[in-house]
Amino acid sequence: MTKTLALTGNEAGAYAIKQIDPDVVPAYPITPQTELMQTFSQYVADGAVRTEMILVESEHSAMSAAVGAAAGGCRVMSATSANGLALMWEVVYIAASFRLPIVLAVVNRALSGPINIHCDHSDSMGCRDSGWIQLYGENPQEVYDNMIQALRIGEHRDVLLPVMTAHDGFITSHTVERVDVLEDDRVKKFLGEYKPRHPLLDTAHPVSYGPLDLQDYYFEHKKQQAEAMKNAKRVILEVGREYGELSGRPYGFFDEYQTEDAEFIVIALGSTAGTAKAAVDLMREGGEKVGVIKLRVFRPFPAPELVEALSGAKAVAVLDRSEGFSSIAGPVFQEVRSALYRKSDIPVSAYVYGLGGRDITPEMITGVFGDLKSGRFHEEQGCHLGVRE
Amino acid sequence: MALNLKELSKKPELLSPGHRACAGCGSVIAIRQALMAVEGPVVVGFATGCMEVSTTIYPYTSWRIPYIHDAFENAAATISGVETAYRALKKRGKIKGDMKFIAFGGDGGTYDIGLQSLSGALERGHDFLYICYNNGAYMNTGIQRSSATPFCAATTTSPAGEVIPGKVQFPKDLTSIVAAHHVPYAAQASPHNWRDYIGKVKKALAIEGPTFINVIASCFRGWRTEPTTSLDIVKTAVDTCFWPLYEVENGEYKLNYKPKEKLPIEDWIKVQGRFKHLLDDKHQSLRDEFQDYVDQEWATLLEKTGDQVQKVAV
Repeated sequence: MTKTLALTGNEAGAYAIKQIDPDVVPAYPITPQTELMQTFSQYVADGAVRTEMILVESEHSAMSAAVGAAAGGCRVMSATSANGLALMWEVVYIAASFRLPIVLAVVNRALSGPINIHCDHSDSMGCRDSGWIQLYGENPQEVYDNMIQALRIGEHRDVLLPVMTAHDGFITSHTVERVDVLEDDRVKKFLGEYKPRHPLLDTAHPVSYGPLDLQDYYFEHKKQQAEAMKNAKRVILEVGREYGELSGRPYGFFDEYQTEDAEFIVIALGSTAGTAKAAVDLMREGGEKVGVIKLRVFRPFPAPELVEALSGAKAVAVLDRSEGFSSIAGPVFQEVRSALYRKSDIPVSAYVYGLGGRDITPEMITGVFGDLKSGRFHEEQGCHLGVRE
Repeated sequence: MALNLKELSKKPELLSPGHRACAGCGSVIAIRQALMAVEGPVVVGFATGCMEVSTTIYPYTSWRIPYIHDAFENAAATISGVETAYRALKKRGKIKGDMKFIAFGGDGGTYDIGLQSLSGALERGHDFLYICYNNGAYMNTGIQRSSATPFCAATTTSPAGEVIPGKVQFPKDLTSIVAAHHVPYAAQASPHNWRDYIGKVKKALAIEGPTFINVIASCFRGWRTEPTTSLDIVKTAVDTCFWPLYEVENGEYKLNYKPKEKLPIEDWIKVQGRFKHLLDDKHQSLRDEFQDYVDQEWATLLEKTGDQVQKVAV
């Protein structure tokens, strides 16, 4: 029997880690991630898990210790936010190149400066090219579900990549919602025993991790990472299907809400998808044919699948919760428009919203649909939604 | 195993020949001697630097033991993760037997960019030995100044010029900084005195908890000396008392060597091209300042050790 609990996003993440019982968890506090690791620390203190925590002196060391422990042959998880992820940055790339299936919960928060502790996606979007798989969750339930699936995806022998599971700081991390959790033994069975390849601690078969890789091999190794990311697409779907059979909650690359006959579609990540669904409900009452695509998987980017999902729409708006400073709107917009290039001629309208935790309301999203309907497209420089000019 | 040359010569080399380090590299000598002290399974971690670059050029590796290099500033944090992995897997019955962990970093990777990572690992009490192979500059990138660079040494970023005579600061006292973490063992060593150094490594590995050895390692490229004098020159560093050999064991300072005749610092300066400018008459006051610094540090050490020489017991 599954249990239903009332958990914040951070508590749901901690609960997932408890059931996973990873070998090693390095951790360093940062708002709004802190509560996740605090909750998990209590499980450790109470002997509810066998995990060894490493309470490091910085996020740079957290990711470094994660690399050491994962190379050693352990299942390793951690969590961070914003500047913490930025401080990890150098080692984030190294973790991916070592092909270590570390799972990192990123509780999305705006990057400094100016310093701000509230939600946007500048942190995880900043390392979208680091070679990590990225999953975005809308609510505490998805935080829980994504963290469990992340290990299976990353550890698959055709993938062997680290995975970030992102959820919105404060909005999701600190909001209590109902979460259906699986029994401990079903989680364990779903995950199976981790069998690392070439662990550093196999002293009878010594391996060298992190050699100097020059012009003659570096490129091939990067290509292998790119191939692994392609393989991840298949594995994400397999794992999402299997998880659906286990939990009744199947997962794919994205979630479509009222899109079947939708003329106008909004694409969003994380909690804003929930707000957009509320806007869609309101507009559907008025007979408007509108829908939402909640993008769960940003890396690898499900381009052909999105093109297919958008094939019946007249126009689409992409809501980016980070500013790419490219002068041509945010990162999700660019990926979506690139996916549609020469496959479809529907207009793609770009919005940057919610930076530094600025609120987004159903009315604002209704306004976005209004723009689409009346042909006011922001196709080149995008529109900053909810900002004072 | 007895600590004599006959026995040591029978030990298998854990770092195989064929690596790309310079002939006469003092750091390789320091690393090979350290590995001679190892009995049983060992895992090594390296900071980015000369030894990392020269021993693992893909697809080759000189390491006959498990080796990990992560980045420049995080050898201590990375080995923390490896050592914790060992404890975690042992607890779950997935690993049996004992294992030792050694992290190596140059002075740049230890005194400078890796100091925070080292401090954190020492404070957390991981069971590992950190060896700083200290050649007093960023030799790998082309001889740039570090906080371990000696007073007045010319480097490519602290060159001796018309108005500035090389590096104007004295080096950071890292061994004392480590000892201030109240770790069970911290020491300074030099590979010319292999018995003392290998004894220290043996001792450090036998101790549970974080241990640290700061070993002077000559670099003929950066010191502007002859490759054939790699060991002579560090011996002079010790005999001038620029680089005293001592241990801090559970807070107690022990002097391991006292030169019969304390040589003037000029003896060490004059054989290195990086100090060439200092020999000019106009820099007499700087030479005096250098000598005063060495004398003062030495006097402080003698006070801490009670002026008693205690050889490393092995």
